[in-house]
Amino acid sequence: MQRVVVKGLGNAIISILGASLIIFVISRLSGDPVSLMLPIDAPKSAIDELRRNLGLDLPIWRQYVLFLSHAVQGDFGNSYRWQMPALQLVLERLPATIGLAIAAFAFSVLLSVPLGVMSAVYRGSWIDQIGRVVAMTGQAMPSFWVGLVLILIFAVNLNWLPAFGAETPVHVILPAISLGWYPVAAQTRIIRSGMLEVLDSDYIRMGRAVGTPERLLIWKYAFRNALLPLVTIMGVYFAGMLSGAFVVETVFAWPGLGRTVVEAVFARDYPVVQAGVLVTSIVFILSNLLVDLSYSLIDPRIRL
Amino acid sequence: MTEQAPLLSVKNLTTHLHLRRGVVRAVDGVSFEVHEGETLGLVGESGSGKTMTCLSILQLLPRHGGGKLDGSIKLDGTELLSMSENEMARNVRGQKVAMISQDPMTSLNPVFSVGDQLSGPFLYHKLVRSVREAWKRAADGLRNVRIHSPEQRLTNYPHQFSGGMRQRVATAMALACSPRLLIADEPTTALDVTVQVQIMSLLKNIQRDTGVGIILITHDLSIVAGLCHRVAVMYAGRIIETGKVRDIYRTPGHPYTQALLEAIPHLGEKREQLTAIPGQPPSLLDPPKGCRFAARCPKRMSVCDDYPPGFEVGDGHVVHCWLKADQR
Amino acid sequence: MSVVPTVTAQSNSADARPSGPRRLLLGAPWIPLTVLALVLVAAIGGDSLSPRDPSGLDLGAAFHPPFWRAGGSTEHLLGTDNLGRDVFSRIIAGARVSVIVSFYAIILSGTLGTLLGIVAGYFGGWVDATIVRIAEIKMSIPSLALALILSVSLDPGLTTVVIVIVFTYWTWYARIIRSEILSLKERDYVAFAKVAGCSAPTIFVRHLLPNIFNTLLVLATLQIGQVIIFEASLSFLGLGIQSPDVSWGLMLADARQYITYAWWGITMPGIAILLTCLSANLVGDWLRDLLDPQRRQL
Repeated sequence: MQRVVVKGLGNAIISILGASLIIFVISRLSGDPVSLMLPIDAPKSAIDELRRNLGLDLPIWRQYVLFLSHAVQGDFGNSYRWQMPALQLVLERLPATIGLAIAAFAFSVLLSVPLGVMSAVYRGSWIDQIGRVVAMTGQAMPSFWVGLVLILIFAVNLNWLPAFGAETPVHVILPAISLGWYPVAAQTRIIRSGMLEVLDSDYIRMGRAVGTPERLLIWKYAFRNALLPLVTIMGVYFAGMLSGAFVVETVFAWPGLGRTVVEAVFARDYPVVQAGVLVTSIVFILSNLLVDLSYSLIDPRIRL
Repeated sequence: MTEQAPLLSVKNLTTHLHLRRGVVRAVDGVSFEVHEGETLGLVGESGSGKTMTCLSILQLLPRHGGGKLDGSIKLDGTELLSMSENEMARNVRGQKVAMISQDPMTSLNPVFSVGDQLSGPFLYHKLVRSVREAWKRAADGLRNVRIHSPEQRLTNYPHQFSGGMRQRVATAMALACSPRLLIADEPTTALDVTVQVQIMSLLKNIQRDTGVGIILITHDLSIVAGLCHRVAVMYAGRIIETGKVRDIYRTPGHPYTQALLEAIPHLGEKREQLTAIPGQPPSLLDPPKGCRFAARCPKRMSVCDDYPPGFEVGDGHVVHCWLKADQR
Repeated sequence: MSVVPTVTAQSNSADARPSGPRRLLLGAPWIPLTVLALVLVAAIGGDSLSPRDPSGLDLGAAFHPPFWRAGGSTEHLLGTDNLGRDVFSRIIAGARVSVIVSFYAIILSGTLGTLLGIVAGYFGGWVDATIVRIAEIKMSIPSLALALILSVSLDPGLTTVVIVIVFTYWTWYARIIRSEILSLKERDYVAFAKVAGCSAPTIFVRHLLPNIFNTLLVLATLQIGQVIIFEASLSFLGLGIQSPDVSWGLMLADARQYITYAWWGITMPGIAILLTCLSANLVGDWLRDLLDPQRRQL
């Protein structure tokens, strides 16, 4: 177990370093951020001085080292727009995004697991058909459009749920559903095919042959096996949620990291974009690590 | 042994399976009996319906395309085919009839500890009052199949056992609630020869101690000789010959049985090549009306176009072959 | 590299289905294929097909509802937007962007990913390790985050959208093709060609490409829906297609603020996305079953 953790942490650190490199290189593609930070008519000497101060006159690899050493100390520079440290801004907005992602994830799991299991157990029945329709349409709708339609139905027409902001817990419902809808499709499919395979296995037949009640057989003995493939891809879908949060937060005016970064992109607020994207990546990498570790908890075969 | 009422009596059992290609009679009018303390060997090639016969007894046909059962299966005089799924699960499976399947590598759930799986039957059949007690009984079960330090091994997972050990665990699980009848579906096929012998003698000892009736499914006639009292030979969904082991070996009546026996290589015997039976078993989608072996039979006659009834050629030795018609 | 679908080594498929062209005709998903064909026709026919000028402003005709609602007319089948532009004509115009983006994004990401996947799988060793590592690192940045940071550096527009999508999706091909090559490499005929002294490019073209062609076709079809959704999301955020070009995502962004009184503005383009993606996914599933029965998810 210890070895798994150490190896996972090592991989995570390499991934984070790699992500920081990609982010650094891409944001340098655009050339010089200095022109944005000074008035257009600034004298050449002022530009040169700022460049020197920011280390922009150094070779690119030294700039990266500089960027990295600052980043490690939590220094991404000040937001041009908000006049505060970029990282501080990002970390202030992060909890709202993680909260939304968790709510969305809970929604998708609570919908896809029963649907997938029942579709497999009652294969070919009406519930299987419903599962199929949900799976097919879910993957064909952009999450922001699901959000817009939900707003149209539940906020505009029925006036049941609030559409914008995050004042009360009720506010999370619509954004969480729009964000959680997309992975429902794939998760239902994975659970269903996993259950179908497991239900036909020898050990489930053996369980039946010793008189195990059907309920236990499905929800305890078959389910944990069918869960394994789902857990493997959970990290991918959690990343999808972090990614989708950029759009969904914009739709619902959710005060999270995603909306902040999108706004920063328009404001060319490089420090916030860099910090925001790197922090999102770190959250994603760490959640993947957690998924890997929980995998070894469910499957005794890979416990070390 | 034959005087008392049989433990299991199967009459005219027919199992239909709905495959994508059509409806198949995987088991077609099979009848046999098993007595207490007796081992019946069910012999035949793969696809001959041995396993389907046994799954039919437990009513555990494949979930998809699972078929219709006709005929009669009586256990201790109680008809099983009229029981509901619920009754089967609660009162029969695991409690009166149990099964060990072929591959010990896949017959135990990989993500639950052996103790969890082994203690289950005690709880389901309400033989114990607490989980703790169930685990104690499970440890006793492991001890009975000669596994050392059972208390510790209960916390292990299946992958921590060797193949032979797993088959012991599976046997312990099957025997947990002291069933009257044990169905062993090729329990040693996947194991090393030395381990095979151990499992077989384990089954023999358990039978001696508990009087459990055993149906041993196998395609290996040499295993039958060591363990079984009686043999039923299946071919293409039907039983074509039954009798005591000795009779079947000494005077096999059906050409198919003869061919099977000739296919066993004997130690010290010099043969250029093993005898194989030419041809393939008929498709069960469209089986021949007459004797199903006729197409491959070296002694085929014109009368073989009609299905031969059973001809009794000795004490309990029944052969479905027209060749035996005159010996009646 | 954890979610590569595994190919099981089952060879005996028991079902005898009709083979050849008959099977193709029998099981083909005609409705989805028709929808895709219509989208393609709309994209190629473009302006000559649309009843009105998709960019034609007519402020007097703003917020006309679709024809079946009170106040609507057949003049504007699906109504008009805030500037009086015909929604139906704009959906036809938007099809063009979807098709162009899908075409380039799929061709380019497919080519790049396939090449890297083949190289990684075929050569193994440090080449493989490097490519796999780069792919893993790329995948550790959520795709839209990557798109956002690329959008800061590049000017928004169709080219940027394609670049962003290629950058995001090449790993998808690389991973799957790599594992395919790894299993192909073990086959006898490839090993034999190697021993016989065929050069690496010859082996690629003669032995590997034909074998991964089916997989590529399926992947590409399944990618259509994702690309369209991705483009719509970028355009919705204002980082993708820019006005006066028309895109379904952009239409949704424009209509969003009028959601309370012009519901058709957000439903119609969304339905266009839904139908197109749904059709592409259904056709992709069908192709997968047809070409690669072993990978079928029941």
